[in-house]
Amino acid sequence: MTPMNLLEFVRGPAFWFSLFVLVAGSVWRVIGIYRLGNKPDLSEPRSTRWLSGALHGILWRMTPRKEFRGNVKLGVINGYIYHIGLAAIAFGYLPHILFIKRLTGLAWSPLPELLFYFAAGFTGIALLTVLLERITDPVMRLLSGFDDYFSWFVVFLPLLTGMGAMTGWASQTSQSDARIYQGPLAIHLLSVELLFLWLPFGKLGHAFLVFFSRTITGIALERKGAAL
Amino acid sequence: MAGLRFSVMNIVTRAPTVLEQLARNVIASSGSPDAGKAIEGFVTQTDRDVAFQLESCVHCGQCADACHFYLVTHDPRYTPVYKLRPMLRAYQSESSPFAKARKWLGLATEVSSAELTEWSKLLYDSCNLCGRCTLACPMGIDIAGLVRRAREGMSVAGFAPADLYKAAERALDSGSPVGIGWPTLKRQIEIQEEETGVKVPVDVQGADYLVIVSSIEIAAFPENIGAMARIFDQAKLSWTIPSAGFEATNVGIQIGSRDISAALVSRIVDVAVRLKVKYVISPECGHAYTALRWEGPNLLGQAYPFKVVQIAELLDQLFQEGRLRMRGKDQRRLTFHDPCQLVRRGGIRQAPRRLMNAVSEQFIDMPSSGEANFCCGGGGGVSAIHRAEKLRFAAFECKKEQVAATGAEALVTACANCRNVLEDAIEEHGMTLQVLGLTEMVAQYLEPDPLTTSR
Ligand code: SF4
Ligand code: SF4
Repeated sequence: MTPMNLLEFVRGPAFWFSLFVLVAGSVWRVIGIYRLGNKPDLSEPRSTRWLSGALHGILWRMTPRKEFRGNVKLGVINGYIYHIGLAAIAFGYLPHILFIKRLTGLAWSPLPELLFYFAAGFTGIALLTVLLERITDPVMRLLSGFDDYFSWFVVFLPLLTGMGAMTGWASQTSQSDARIYQGPLAIHLLSVELLFLWLPFGKLGHAFLVFFSRTITGIALERKGAAL
Repeated sequence: MAGLRFSVMNIVTRAPTVLEQLARNVIASSGSPDAGKAIEGFVTQTDRDVAFQLESCVHCGQCADACHFYLVTHDPRYTPVYKLRPMLRAYQSESSPFAKARKWLGLATEVSSAELTEWSKLLYDSCNLCGRCTLACPMGIDIAGLVRRAREGMSVAGFAPADLYKAAERALDSGSPVGIGWPTLKRQIEIQEEETGVKVPVDVQGADYLVIVSSIEIAAFPENIGAMARIFDQAKLSWTIPSAGFEATNVGIQIGSRDISAALVSRIVDVAVRLKVKYVISPECGHAYTALRWEGPNLLGQAYPFKVVQIAELLDQLFQEGRLRMRGKDQRRLTFHDPCQLVRRGGIRQAPRRLMNAVSEQFIDMPSSGEANFCCGGGGGVSAIHRAEKLRFAAFECKKEQVAATGAEALVTACANCRNVLEDAIEEHGMTLQVLGLTEMVAQYLEPDPLTTSR
């Protein structure tokens, strides 16, 4: 297979397939859990502000409560860095925006180049640090298994392959679209597809599961008038 | 309301033998632990809300730093979410959306009997169901709530601690987990009537409030009964104590068995319905409140025809309505220990503080007080598990630091179990600190009733 053929495959059938697995797998997981069902709570609620409970659950858990801020793990700070960093890279880098535009017709202004490089650098360092912490911290090591390490790998890989592809992009911005998507870029796209293929099945599913979990607890504690 | 009352009466009058039998079946399992039954129990307990939470964990380890058992030992096995591992594995292999794929790929692993025996120490000895970890989890996972669910699987399959099965058996046989019956309570009531000069109304039909008590109060803090009598007398409350179904504690909640909990709650509901009361007062006991207020209606499958009010809430209401005349205040530096099930898990934060300020000149809150307070170490049935004693005393270190930071001369709380556990731990740690009950404090600073004193 020539790089061109590979590229055709990667951005064609392989991309659509991985996107299908991402969406279908996520929907399957949510519906599969949802159909387990729940019995209604018959105790008299102290508060019936369900929406407020749900929103508090979702929003307040974005930062640790003040009582726990003193001894948060490095991973918490790192978590903010790589979540924001990954979002900035995925949606703020010009080639990514062009790629999304071709698929959806939607586009927006890219991040200033310098900011993008900062985001990529910090995200890379944060991801490496978080892996180191997972290996060395006794609690995180005990909790971790294949899912944790493989999930880390499939998140880190697109960053790594993206750096390789970036060099090509920088020197080829004025050239044809077809030439941009060659070699390293095909590999980069493949790594993103691997991420799509894995996301619905492992812990990366927290990207959508977190909203359910925080909402459920938020409402349950609100109905008791208990702290969130 | 009449229809509802009728149907609740049906539940209670028709079903006690069924409820009791189901409860006794759970106790019978203690002789023959069965991993298969535990797996079945875990799976049954994993409904939609539980599954969403189990699946959301990102293994960040934040919950460890919230749990006093981990903080004092630094043993990673005490990480709250790790305690749920057998339940998680059972769910993943049996009922999760990808369970079939797991089995097909050979990734599903059976939870073994040996593993469950080991986890019994994690799910019981090292968890107070205190919910501090719940507040720390960035994914919003109610880990304490899930431990409560996991205990269902453990208890039904014979993997709960023997001490809790025994306490449950005693509670079913005699009404009390420590075997205290009506003759003992009656005697204590008589003593309190003599000491306070206030008559304690027993089995009064149509009273507004039904007072139930915990065995610990009857045995160790009977003054609480006298204190309530004095307070209610001054507030002119219509109240009564029942001669049967008076036990508020519920070992079913601690061992984690719906069947045992339901059988015990039904006794209170039965007497409340029979005496036609409007309110049942949950006494100074944390888990009793959880059992009656939050779990009870779900255990019995129906809403109550009465309301449940916690004693601190009621005292606060009476105080705010001006129905309590207070005189003087305690001059010592006092702090308040928040019982987890009342404050963090039950939403009663301000009432005890308002009462503390009413009776104390120098009330000072601990650092991380209220919702983030540390457990006394004995909640969730831990105080009844003998093999957990050493660990419980070690875990008290966190509480000790919180108390020490206030420089308090005495500690007040609103749970007789906390009070008992705190007194033990204080002695074990070589400290000198008096532990007081909130209701007693309120009674102590009531203006003496001229009629009462002359009696
Ligand atoms: S509920 Fe309390 S004791 Fe249990 S794991 Fe959580 S913090 Fe620890
Ligand atoms: S804090 Fe929450 S997400 Fe993190 S390990 Fe504990 S349960 Fe899992």
